[in-house]
Amino acid sequence: MGILKYAPQALKNLFLPPVTTSYPAVPFEYPEGSRGHIEIDIDDCIGCGMCVRCCPCGTLSVDRIKGTWSIDRFDCIACGFCVEKCPKKCLHMAKGYQTPGGEKGSVTYTKSPEVLAAEEQKRQEAAAKAAAAKKAREEAAKKKAAEEAAAQAAGGAGAAAQAAGGAGAAAAGAPDAGKAAPAGGV
Amino acid sequence: MGKRSVIPFGPQHPVLPEPIHLDLVIEDERVIEAIPSVGFVHRGLESLVDKRDFNQMTYVAERTCGICSFQHGMGYCEAVEHIFDVDIPIRAKFLRTIWAELGRMHSHLLWLGLLADAFGYENLFYQAWRIREKVLDMIEMTTGARLIFSVNKVGGVIKDITADQLRIIDGTVTEVEAELRDLEQVFLEDSTVKSRLVGIGILTKEQAHDLGCCGPVARASGISCDMRRLGYAAYSMLDLEPVVATEGDCFARCKCRLYEVYQSVDLIRQAITKMPKEQELAVPVKGNPNGEYFMRLEQPRGEAYYYVKGSGKPFIDRLRIRTPTFANLPGLCEMLKNTELSDVGLLVVTIDPCISCTER
Ligand code: SF4
Ligand code: SF4
Repeated sequence: MGILKYAPQALKNLFLPPVTTSYPAVPFEYPEGSRGHIEIDIDDCIGCGMCVRCCPCGTLSVDRIKGTWSIDRFDCIACGFCVEKCPKKCLHMAKGYQTPGGEKGSVTYTKSPEVLAAEEQKRQEAAAKAAAAKKAREEAAKKKAAEEAAAQAAGGAGAAAQAAGGAGAAAAGAPDAGKAAPAGGV
Repeated sequence: MGKRSVIPFGPQHPVLPEPIHLDLVIEDERVIEAIPSVGFVHRGLESLVDKRDFNQMTYVAERTCGICSFQHGMGYCEAVEHIFDVDIPIRAKFLRTIWAELGRMHSHLLWLGLLADAFGYENLFYQAWRIREKVLDMIEMTTGARLIFSVNKVGGVIKDITADQLRIIDGTVTEVEAELRDLEQVFLEDSTVKSRLVGIGILTKEQAHDLGCCGPVARASGISCDMRRLGYAAYSMLDLEPVVATEGDCFARCKCRLYEVYQSVDLIRQAITKMPKEQELAVPVKGNPNGEYFMRLEQPRGEAYYYVKGSGKPFIDRLRIRTPTFANLPGLCEMLKNTELSDVGLLVVTIDPCISCTER
């Protein structure tokens, strides 16, 4: 009988429990490695911007100085490319999807104050070091110029006066160079 | 001779998951001619090559279609890999094959459900989709997502399937096969199903050949074509015989797709046993693609082409995708001739139309 082919399945259905679960009363278990949304260990981020450049949707932005990382979750397609590219491995995919919302907008993650303070200190130290190194270099140059001037002074008085003027100009330039050094260190 | 009139069919129609419009020229209840028009969901994905580099394009290519997304990504990656002339690790090839076949299984089970829905057999539709859910669970377990896998990259794959997961896959495909064997009775022997499918929308072998049909539509008409035999991914290392039927009607197309699910189960089993154990998952590719390649691959719906041309820049010059539904539309118009108006919905479903990828 061609018409009764479905009967065994229909009978089975009478006695089997439902195939579907009563979500949300019974919560859904996501499998391991589910690509739900991106999470960041913001304190490990070095602000290199690799994730920003590789994202196919252009949804990310980072600010290295302020220590922030932002994502518009509605633009993210959860492709996981940024996770693959991040050199510090501080991005990962977590379970649970982005819930619907009324409007789009970026979520910004900021580094904790301690980490920011530590980084700021490091930056200042580096800047100070750079400035000190520069000063040392300049002093060495000044000394050398003075020595040359002294050597030339033996040759002629007119040349000596010229050399002294040059040394003065170098000294006047030094404070400016000192100011520029922190910016170079950032 | 009755009076001729034109009836618009679609783009919104209960039987259509996606928008396609057909102008049906009918005489009484009989269709004389069908004129298709597409273009409702064009998204311009191919032109994104100007704005996304060749690595990012992998994710764009994947989003051409929601159902064969993995195969789109794979086609694009294989094309770019050919341009780079890199040989990806064998394990990556097998992993791609397993995912591609899981994709085919869920696509065909989805279609079987849609077909049952189109001829009004709601129960059968639920059962087919119940089985499909198991395949989706396997995909989610291995890739982390249900439809858009995002595991391909130029040079290989991103994720591995662990030995435990392979065992689960092996067990689940066996379960799916057993459950589908029960349903097969209904699909292929139930008299109500047969009365809606047998002898409807016959496409002869000559017509299918002349109109350039591909995939299950061509195979149901007796053309033994299957691009998997070209041996991309790991298919060259697996035994594969195309599923062919000769009748060319709706019933043959249903039979072909149903048997292809078993074929996929078999291919997955073969792949699991033949897969090399530990190995790299990807080879690094350096530089930018310079050259062109024409990739052909067999998607669940038929043969797709991927044309990629690069000129040594991070942004490729041209990406062109020919999708199987586009090739099957002329076949559909031929099938629709001389059928009853009430069969039109069913016939449109039997080519397994995917309009979004046709229009990209
Ligand atoms: S790639 Fe990683 S380390 Fe670099 S900015 Fe992004 S999250 Fe931070
Ligand atoms: S997951 Fe993909 S889309 Fe989302 S932020 Fe990362 S790269 Fe961008």
